[in-house]
Amino acid sequence: MEHYNMSLHLKVWRQNNSRDKGHFENYKVDGISSEMSFLEMFDVLNERLITEGKEPIAFDHDCREGICGMCSMYINGKPHGPWKSNTVCQLHMRAYKDGDTIVVEPWRANAFPVIKDLMVDRSAFDRIVQAGGYISVNTGNAVDGNSLPIEKDKADASFAAAMCIGCGACVAACKNSSAMLFLSAKVAHLALLPQGEPERKKRVVSMVAQMDKEGFGACTNTGACEATCPKDISLSNIARLNQEYLIASLTADK
Amino acid sequence: MLIWNRAKILYIKKINWHLCLIFAAISSQPILTSMTWKQVFSSSIGRKLTMGLTGIFLITFLIVHMGINACMWAAVYFKDDHGEMFNKAANFMGSMVVIRIIEFGLFFFIFLHIIQGYMLTVYNRSKRAVGYAVDYGSKGSKWYSRSMGLLGTLILLFLIIHWLHFWIPSRFTGVEEVEYNGVKMHNMFALMQTTFQQLWVVILYVLGCISLGYHLAHGFQSAFKTIGVHNKRYQTMLTGLGYAFAIVVPFVFAMMPITMYLGWVK
Repeated sequence: MEHYNMSLHLKVWRQNNSRDKGHFENYKVDGISSEMSFLEMFDVLNERLITEGKEPIAFDHDCREGICGMCSMYINGKPHGPWKSNTVCQLHMRAYKDGDTIVVEPWRANAFPVIKDLMVDRSAFDRIVQAGGYISVNTGNAVDGNSLPIEKDKADASFAAAMCIGCGACVAACKNSSAMLFLSAKVAHLALLPQGEPERKKRVVSMVAQMDKEGFGACTNTGACEATCPKDISLSNIARLNQEYLIASLTADK
Repeated sequence: MLIWNRAKILYIKKINWHLCLIFAAISSQPILTSMTWKQVFSSSIGRKLTMGLTGIFLITFLIVHMGINACMWAAVYFKDDHGEMFNKAANFMGSMVVIRIIEFGLFFFIFLHIIQGYMLTVYNRSKRAVGYAVDYGSKGSKWYSRSMGLLGTLILLFLIIHWLHFWIPSRFTGVEEVEYNGVKMHNMFALMQTTFQQLWVVILYVLGCISLGYHLAHGFQSAFKTIGVHNKRYQTMLTGLGYAFAIVVPFVFAMMPITMYLGWVK
């Protein structure tokens, strides 16, 4: 692909802290290479802001290779930007052309309060996982992989669900701010494996209770989450979660 | 509890997030072991379950309602019918004890679907206090899947008019009677003929059917996902069936006032 430079108009959400009302600020950035990543474009802008003695734009990032789930920007009305199955850090500036205007907002959900600018507090996800997204095994040496046979189809389905990086794009895309795709991935990947069997019912009940407590909405199966998920987590996981929840509630001890 | 607190400290300090999970697992963290029905149906999944189950019940009702009403077209094929088959079918439904009991259930489920639907809409909308400047729109979902509350409201408005036209006269205010083989019954066929002479009524009914079609286009397959159908084989089948149902059933319903207005059914 041919390399080119571009000038862009950015409209970025600025907010000092969770109590601040926040506002959009306009920036013009020049000399942006088509080979830069979206975050590198922000690095260029931040360098300039620092040189000018202004406050740089705060945004989350870590691995910058699409696997950690830290980056979280809502770009021109879509979480993680225009590319499918992609995170912001893997979005490259060749997706844009000279003179484009880009609106960048943080994830919007009551359960994800803004910490600063484009950074949101996603610890609600950690608390949902803590409520049941684990297996109770004695730790020790790694068990030999072949000691517990698991059929390939199940292992694949479990792995596909375990691909979830917990970035929160599903919540950001959902009109109900529902965390159901995230939760369903966490429940499904353990429910499909024998290791997840002992806490299977307790897990789904506790995790759903925690999700509701954190203030996420209910799922209405619109599919917006699946369409925006950088790891292509399937919507059918939500139907599996519903089934797990139904079985757990119908067969509850008391 | 000490271990749990230790885990929390570790978590806060972000020393080792995996270690924290292991601590949480072996500690005395309270985990629900029982569930009351109230807990089930007040949870986010339980609320959806109410919508899905009542929705499926209403889908079966639509099939029955459509089948009974389709008897009106017997008048097209049999010259001396004049709505006899339809009137007898309507009379059977109105006079049979079992059906009358089910009718109570039907109203209960309709209102449960409406009330829970509105409550869920309010609940879900309250979860995003600050909205987006640029909306995600139809980039990831169909407009009708995001507009179930609005479509449901249009159907409710249509239903109120529909009840005023037919159900209230039939049950309370009275309908002109007709006699077949010595049995007197409501001449619902004549009531339909009179009602569907007005063009605005026909247009309103067609609009009601279009709203129902879009509501079903999402609702049908969504209801089955909500009750846990996750197998790809059935999901594909139910999605196709849902679209077919959403087109065929409202089309058949819409043809009833249209054919009456055009004078094809006499």
